[in-house]
Amino acid sequence: MILCLTLILLAQLVGEALARATDLPVPGPLIGMALLLLFLALRDRAPRLAPRVLAPALVDGRLEGTGKGLLANLSLMFVPAGAGIVGRLDVLAVHGIALALVVLISTVATLAATALTFVAVSRWLAKAKPKAEPTIERRRPLP
Amino acid sequence: MTGDFAVWVYLSRTPLLWLTVTLMAYVVADRIAQATNRHPLANPVLVAIALTACVLEVTGTPYATYFEGAQFVHFLLGPATVALAIPLYEYRATVLRSLAPMLAALVVGSVVALASALLLGRAFGIPRDVIVALAPKSVTTGVAMGIAQTLGGDPTLAAVIVMLTGMTGGILVTPLMNLMRIRDMRARGFAAGLAAHGVGTARAFQVNEVAGAFAGIALGLNAFLTAILAPVAVTFLR
Repeated sequence: MILCLTLILLAQLVGEALARATDLPVPGPLIGMALLLLFLALRDRAPRLAPRVLAPALVDGRLEGTGKGLLANLSLMFVPAGAGIVGRLDVLAVHGIALALVVLISTVATLAATALTFVAVSRWLAKAKPKAEPTIERRRPLP
Repeated sequence: MTGDFAVWVYLSRTPLLWLTVTLMAYVVADRIAQATNRHPLANPVLVAIALTACVLEVTGTPYATYFEGAQFVHFLLGPATVALAIPLYEYRATVLRSLAPMLAALVVGSVVALASALLLGRAFGIPRDVIVALAPKSVTTGVAMGIAQTLGGDPTLAAVIVMLTGMTGGILVTPLMNLMRIRDMRARGFAAGLAAHGVGTARAFQVNEVAGAFAGIALGLNAFLTAILAPVAVTFLR
């Protein structure tokens, strides 16, 4: 477990360093995510070599378990920052209601627009070339 | 000084107390969420934050003291973001098959998030410097603060608005998607991550792992696209 955490932290560390060095508008942890993705892809490209070169914890599913354990408690990690926000709600005071309305309407619009676009494009593609891209729904017999 | 008070003074200064309070608030919030069958309104982030804020208020604890302990939890946000690679990799086949709908939804969602914030902000007569802090509201906190600062807005205000947006999205995503009869978990997750960054992603992971994987991608892509689009969009503000 320590080894898995170390790998995750190492990916973040390299990501932070790259973010600083290149001035990309992407936070270090997101670059770290891309690096870990690259690691996983390379690991499975060499299914015979990987177990010999890498420690067992990195190939037998423990890495996946550690990562999923972290993600299962993602909600917890927003609590400290959120509690700080409660103390700073005074910055909203002047435009409070107008700001709250903008946030509410804009968030609903964004959620709806994103999901509708996703569904529309994916349906359109499924119709355009049903043979090249058999979707899961199509294989199933209709009830 | 009485004995009890001395103990309190000692404990309230150690990280242990506030770390434990944070975890306890979350455990209680998570139990409430489970008891209500993960009802959107019983969002564990919202409930845990409310509980923690109440404890801080009642005990008169300054946030800096609280954060001494809570920073250990806060720190895990970084590694957890890195760990998003794991579900993303696990569902890579689904993700690769959904590339076109994802990119289309990314562009539409990102533009709607920005444009609606700017236009509504102007319609409600909000001054320009506040609108600038409002523009990156759907993006993860660190990036949003950076964008707001570059554009001449207040980063703290941006952080507050980002958190409010996250809460709003995390609570509304499930009822809204049900109302619109969207059952595709990829679309639901992607929308949650795009509109409500990490809080939306946390919600998505509670509902479904595929939704979580897509929320994680949306979070990352939208941070990138908004950082590029926001400065352009703000120049239209006069």
